[in-house]
Amino acid sequence: MKFQIEDITVYFPYDNIYPEQYQYMLELKRALDAKGHCLLEMPTGTGKTIALLSLITSYRLSKPSNPIKLLYCTRTVHEMEKTLAELKLLYNYQLGEFGPGARMLAIGLSSRKNLCVNPNVVSGENRDSVDAGCRKLTASWVRAISVENPNVPMCPFFENYDAADKAGTSTLPAGVYTLQELRLYGKEKGWCPYFLARHMVQQANVVVYSYQYLLDPKVAGIISKEMERECVVVFDEAHNIDNVCIEALSVSVRKQTLEGATRNLSRMSQEIERLKDTDAGRLRAEYSRLVEGLAQRLPAQDVWLANPALPDDIMKEAVPGNIRKAEHFLSVLRRFVQYLKGRLETDNVEKEGPVAFVASINTQVGIDQKMLKFCYDRLHSLMSTLEITDTDEFLHIQTVCDLATLVGTYSRGFSIIIEPFDERMPHIPDPVLQLTCHDASLAIKPVFERFQSVVITSGTLSPIDLYPRLLNFNPVVSRSFKMSLTRDCICPMVLTRGSDQLPVSTKYDLRSDPGVEKNYGKLLLEMVSVVPDGVVCFFVSYSYMDGIVNSWHESGILKDIMQHKLVFIETQDVVETTLALDNYRRACDSGRGAVFFSVARGKVAEGIDFDRHYGRLVIMFGVPFQYTLSRTLLARLEYLRETFQIKEGDFLTFDALRQAAQCVGRVIRSKADYGMMIFADKRYSRHDKRSKLPGWILSHLRDAHLNLSTDMAVYIAKEFLRKMAQPYDKNGALGKRTLLSQEDLENMITVPDGEMLL
Amino acid sequence: MADGKVVKRAKYKPTVKGYGIPGVLKLTKERFIFMPNDPTSTAKLNVEFKLIKGHKFSKEGSSKQALLNLTQDQGGYIFEFDSFPDRDQCRDFVASAIAAYMEVGKAASEKPVVLHDEQLNATEMGRRIKLLQENSELQKLHMQLVIGGILSEAEFWAARKKLLEQSENKKPKQLVALKNDMWSVKPLSDGQTNRVTFNLTPEVIHQIFAEKPAVRQAYLNFVPGKMSEKEFWTKYSRAEYLHSTKNIVAAAAEAAEDEELAVFLKQDDMLASEARKKIRRVDPTLDMEADEGDDYMHLPDHGLPQGETKEFLEPQYEPFKRSFSQYLNQHTAVVLRGRVIDVELGDTRSVAEAFTRANQAELATEVSDENAYRERINKVSRVAEIEDLQGPRDLPVALLSIKDPRDYFDSQQANAIKALGDVDTGIRQLKFSVTKEDAFCSLKDSISEINSQGLIEPIINPEVALKVFNGLSQNISSTKYHLGKNPHESVLDQLPSATKNELLLHWTSIQELLKHFWSSYPITTKYLYTKVTRLKDAMSQIYTKLQEIKESVQSDIRHQVSLLVQPMLQALDAAFAHYDADVQKRSAKSGERPNGFV
Repeated sequence: MKFQIEDITVYFPYDNIYPEQYQYMLELKRALDAKGHCLLEMPTGTGKTIALLSLITSYRLSKPSNPIKLLYCTRTVHEMEKTLAELKLLYNYQLGEFGPGARMLAIGLSSRKNLCVNPNVVSGENRDSVDAGCRKLTASWVRAISVENPNVPMCPFFENYDAADKAGTSTLPAGVYTLQELRLYGKEKGWCPYFLARHMVQQANVVVYSYQYLLDPKVAGIISKEMERECVVVFDEAHNIDNVCIEALSVSVRKQTLEGATRNLSRMSQEIERLKDTDAGRLRAEYSRLVEGLAQRLPAQDVWLANPALPDDIMKEAVPGNIRKAEHFLSVLRRFVQYLKGRLETDNVEKEGPVAFVASINTQVGIDQKMLKFCYDRLHSLMSTLEITDTDEFLHIQTVCDLATLVGTYSRGFSIIIEPFDERMPHIPDPVLQLTCHDASLAIKPVFERFQSVVITSGTLSPIDLYPRLLNFNPVVSRSFKMSLTRDCICPMVLTRGSDQLPVSTKYDLRSDPGVEKNYGKLLLEMVSVVPDGVVCFFVSYSYMDGIVNSWHESGILKDIMQHKLVFIETQDVVETTLALDNYRRACDSGRGAVFFSVARGKVAEGIDFDRHYGRLVIMFGVPFQYTLSRTLLARLEYLRETFQIKEGDFLTFDALRQAAQCVGRVIRSKADYGMMIFADKRYSRHDKRSKLPGWILSHLRDAHLNLSTDMAVYIAKEFLRKMAQPYDKNGALGKRTLLSQEDLENMITVPDGEMLL
Repeated sequence: MADGKVVKRAKYKPTVKGYGIPGVLKLTKERFIFMPNDPTSTAKLNVEFKLIKGHKFSKEGSSKQALLNLTQDQGGYIFEFDSFPDRDQCRDFVASAIAAYMEVGKAASEKPVVLHDEQLNATEMGRRIKLLQENSELQKLHMQLVIGGILSEAEFWAARKKLLEQSENKKPKQLVALKNDMWSVKPLSDGQTNRVTFNLTPEVIHQIFAEKPAVRQAYLNFVPGKMSEKEFWTKYSRAEYLHSTKNIVAAAAEAAEDEELAVFLKQDDMLASEARKKIRRVDPTLDMEADEGDDYMHLPDHGLPQGETKEFLEPQYEPFKRSFSQYLNQHTAVVLRGRVIDVELGDTRSVAEAFTRANQAELATEVSDENAYRERINKVSRVAEIEDLQGPRDLPVALLSIKDPRDYFDSQQANAIKALGDVDTGIRQLKFSVTKEDAFCSLKDSISEINSQGLIEPIINPEVALKVFNGLSQNISSTKYHLGKNPHESVLDQLPSATKNELLLHWTSIQELLKHFWSSYPITTKYLYTKVTRLKDAMSQIYTKLQEIKESVQSDIRHQVSLLVQPMLQALDAAFAHYDADVQKRSAKSGERPNGFV
């Protein structure tokens, strides 16, 4: 369908539209007009992504004089694939409606691991080995050698691409390219899809990539440096964005890291010795380059990861004289590593600020702040001078230099925490030194400054006024949308008691109570016998899940559950979990029915949808609080209290409830879908906890469902499922329209406050 | 058995529950004779196989009796044997004897009409017999038509070629799913000695091989060259026991001493490599491995440590770590995949080999699955759509195939009502492509008609209308509405069961006869001519029978029955009419050609 929003003609690939999608587009359009940032919360299952894509691409079509570019950030690669699939649907529709003028280029961008087509390289174990494998074949010096010596292998895909690039023919035709399609295209043409994608990012109209490509300076420095201001940046599923921001600037160092770094250093000094004998000129050239400053531009294939500090904070001046010589720099690093080793050998937990830490380094090993700050750049320069290609071996020294640079650059918003052992396992020594960032606004600040519109959107951004404070920005639009429902297709319940009427909870004192474990097991057992197709369970942590599943196994409950459904479980191994999910879907497709055990805050909870028959019921066992004794968390809480006056308890509850809401919110995909959500913990019945849930869940949480026991929940579930199985009118009943056609929209008068009248 | 005779000790059981009479059972090709041990007993039997219609037998099991039941039209003879092998021998003999008799019977009935000499081999015959045994309806039909001499054996089966083929090889064998039951590693210990017992059945071994390719491979490598089967499983059980104690250090220590044991204790490398292959085929919207490959934020030691405690293990113990979750996932995946091998479970080695073959075959197909990849992409884009914003899609139509004749009757009901209704619901011929002139003319005609005849006022007489209306609604409520509410209840169910069965039987035989009848036209050979005559005679017999049924039933259901019978009669009438017309045409022709070429 096609309709007007103010002066924009929106091309929307469906015959109908939800009213909230329309309103969402309206608000988004106003934010784009105002060239400002916005914050939009809309429940899952209301087609956020397609509304967003439709509006922004239509905006581009309606205002050809001022073409905007869309940078769409997802949290994970599989969400990227989903987004691109939706975009393709939209693109095909727009081509049909608008004609060839709607042509655009949309690409997904990922790492070499996901894009490489060279079978020898991509077979590498992990990301770092693939990266290193690629560098071994494509680094400029390797290619230079192989010109003379044909025995030195090169990557044919890269060479073809490079030839085409030099001839100016290396382009992608218009269209939407998922990662898989990029790979296919690359294989067809014989071009390297990774470098092709990197190259095309500058010209593409839509780029879909993951958060870190904008937020993590190490990656953003390479990929997103040259994006122009006329970009609309979208962070989808952004409820965790503050955590991503602080993680981007945090580093931790363990004993193994330091041992690895020492090995790296000795290898480098050997290389230097070797180079001195064979090609001393290269070292001298580096020295003189450093005297002039670091303004060298490396070819794309030589670039490793960029500076961990934010672009504005990187000093644009020459490297200090005392680390310009390679040997001097190595000895500085050796001293630094030695210092860190010494700090790790403490028996007590230590916490200090960056300033004190830098001062202590200066007094003890004589490295000043400026030298620390340049560590990263200096290392990078040295490695390319030494022509090191197996970068995956040098991650340890890279970590140490990242730490040095960060600690040398930032004096506030960070703290250094040294723990000799894990609080929960005091008998095992595992010393760790962490540099943690507390201020989420640091990492995202350059994004807000550089781009004209930044859209932060998710199904759960409640309380919506907290995010501008955490991220320190001023949205021009900040709204939370309700879900208009044709029927009550979601059924949240709070289960406080088990089948024996005793309270259930994952609170510390009840956590390992066998009665609670049994009650949880009975709940699941009852539910799997009633609910068709897929059931998803979320637990508060891996260790809790392992414990409870083992105890169910021993008591035979698991066996009973398996009489009804197949059981899959998330593990810390992603390959295994991915296969388990794939099998889970197959079991649901075939009608066999399955249960998936997963962890809140885990990888599955982060981005896998359990919509339609893949999830008719979600059970959240317990409240997913963070590990509250963690030093890093405590330090962050302290910072939040001092800087933003956010109370610790409030933040923890907010954080736990947004995770819980995120977990249960994955059951709904559209209004034709339906699903139940059980919050199985007595603490959910308390108002202060419950009220932090997003409005669209709360509005369906009836008072009668606030304090249930297992038998009552089973009864409600049966009733609900029976009701949902009935046919219904998609357009909505009782005078409230939940599905609008093009005609409806044309007849609609929009009053200024955004409310719609028919 | 070779000399056509089997003699076995057995007990004859006049009733199923009762105690058997011990004696000797003697089987010959023609008959079976039972002589009780007690000569005074009256339970002597001497029965011809001609009278035996089939045989049943009890399943083999430890606690079960070895029974053989020879069934007759009424009742049967039950024998209990001392052992299953004895029983099986007798069973096989009886089966061949009965089959031979059926064949003889058929051959006999075929004789008068055999025109095409059919060279039937034994397997073909066996297949037919099997079909008849499985399908009682077919058997009845066969009895009536073939044994009754209306159709020849060949004719009867010619119409069922498909059925025969299906039963031969197309019919997929139903595979029994795997039990969703994890082999509990809980050892049974007797509490007094230090002995621990594990229970391994062929089913469990099958499961172990399916879930643990490394064990399977080890079995193929070690047994019987390196160790005996028993040693192998003992070793395996030992490994399982070590795992169940969850003492990784002890497991590692034992593995260091015994390299074969180490195979079981270590993590399954084959599984890991299979997983790496499978991961390439998963739905890209699920692929979390790709995330990890894209995640530069969590470079080693970058980012915040996860709030999870990591199990701390010294590197040398790492390969011995095994988690329950991993086992659970693997188990469920195997159950989901179902039985991939079709081998008798008893022989462990062949089971293991079959698994290896199945796996290799699977991997071979994976390499060339470009289509599967396209399919996956399509699926992703399909799933990307929001279902209720889109208009309904044209779903692919699957043809309904209804086997139950009742469905036909139900569907005929509406027609019958229409035909028998008090008013002519009027299937008028409507002409849609009318020119303006025609329409105008017809309008003018009607106007002039009304002018000449005057309007009938009112158009419909209220009394008549009421009568019609009542009649109609009663009719509808009595049949359609009354019964239509419940799909399981049809007119047939109201009839006495004897009538019902008779009707159904007639229905099937009419179908069969009509099929043959119509397929015989045009008549080109004398053979077809005689066949048609035969068929017609048979049909007219049924016709009269149907009439009888109609008259014999009670008055309250007579209407229903006549509704049911009506379409049959109509079909028969049509056939008769065609026959008569054909005969006339033929006689007219034969007048021209007196030399009587039919």
